[in-house]
Amino acid sequence: MSLFQGRDLTCLRGARVVFAGLDFAIPPGGALVLVGPNGSGKSSLLRLMSGLSRPFAGGLYWDGMPVADDPGEHAPRLRYVGHLDAVKPALTARENLAAWAGLDGGGEAMGRALAALDRFGLAHLADVPGRYLSAGQKRRVNLARLALARVPLWLLDEPTTALDRAAVARMAELVRDHRAAGGMVAVSTHTDLDLTDPDILDVSDFAPDPAAAFAEAMA
Amino acid sequence: MRIFLRLIRRDLGLALRQGADAATAVLFFILCVVLFPFGVGPEPNILARIAPGVILVAALLASLLSLERLFQADHEDGSLDLLALSPLPLEAVALAKVAAHWLITGVPLILAAPLMALLLNLPADGFAALLLTLALATPLLSLIGAVGAALTLGARRGGVLMPLLILPLYIPALIFAAAAIDAALQGFSPRPHLLLLGGLLAGGITLAPFAAAAALRAALD
Repeated sequence: MSLFQGRDLTCLRGARVVFAGLDFAIPPGGALVLVGPNGSGKSSLLRLMSGLSRPFAGGLYWDGMPVADDPGEHAPRLRYVGHLDAVKPALTARENLAAWAGLDGGGEAMGRALAALDRFGLAHLADVPGRYLSAGQKRRVNLARLALARVPLWLLDEPTTALDRAAVARMAELVRDHRAAGGMVAVSTHTDLDLTDPDILDVSDFAPDPAAAFAEAMA
Repeated sequence: MRIFLRLIRRDLGLALRQGADAATAVLFFILCVVLFPFGVGPEPNILARIAPGVILVAALLASLLSLERLFQADHEDGSLDLLALSPLPLEAVALAKVAAHWLITGVPLILAAPLMALLLNLPADGFAALLLTLALATPLLSLIGAVGAALTLGARRGGVLMPLLILPLYIPALIFAAAAIDAALQGFSPRPHLLLLGGLLAGGITLAPFAAAAALRAALD
């Protein structure tokens, strides 16, 4: 069982410090819910956690080992679900998923894709091209990637956007199963995903104080 | 390696499903070449003289046409994030996308080239050299273009900026390619020029994926 930590993270977007001195820790089975107003850095923090972007200062640690030492090790142990659904209009729902299943290196891509679609109640849409899927259905296809293979860490950026109530319940159930199996999840959300005893992290608490920053610049 | 091939297959599948991309490049190439006799006049000697250059430049522009979409489609729909998080290093992702691009646009260009050479009255001596140079030059165009496409990713009007960035880099390839065909036409061996072109290609294969991956990382950050 592993522990995922971030220590003293600073995120810079352009010339603006989004947050500074942010620490987090996700134990096995833990859930970290990121809250904060728009623009407070929830998505940026999730991208930092995924390794897609690099922190300006501070570092990520997996079981106490710095992630930056071997970035190639980090990517296979996480699933990242961002704002964009990565659903190709020309491919069917199943082909979309199977493409991702194939790229994670395992076999039986088509079979796994179908099973994952089934978990999200999308089996009847398996052969529908992506261009005919609604926003919510595309989101579910994207979320179905989580069910393709077991990985320890899920990073979900507002996963419930465009989902109906039944799909949100299904998502909550999937997250519950994942955590019961020792999986970790970090999720940014505005709507309630109904997680049992999550750690709440308000990202805006780590926003630099503009007055202090100004004083420092003047000094 | 298996994942690398799967990524190429995915891109090929997507291109075939959409069809337009693959067809556009080769149709553009044909139309571009066909325009020259209208502009220059149907004098067979003049056409034969300019044929190598016309075919090479048209192939270069046709390859450029589809390069803009190389990473852009994946960037826009979020697939690039997921590709960057795949077990494949980003360098290999870039190389796989280049390989797919070459198979989709470069190979049809090579296949269409003899027909275009016939149309422009290129002497028979030049055909073998033309095919060989195109076989070496088109992958090089895809490789150099990938760096430009990655650099202009996310830039406004990247489609206009990219040709300005990479067209100058195409010049060496164009020089050696044209020289190879000219040598063959004049009864000399095109071998030294082809070797130089091959050297450029070897350099491109080893360096371009790293440059493209670095640019992609900057775009993802």
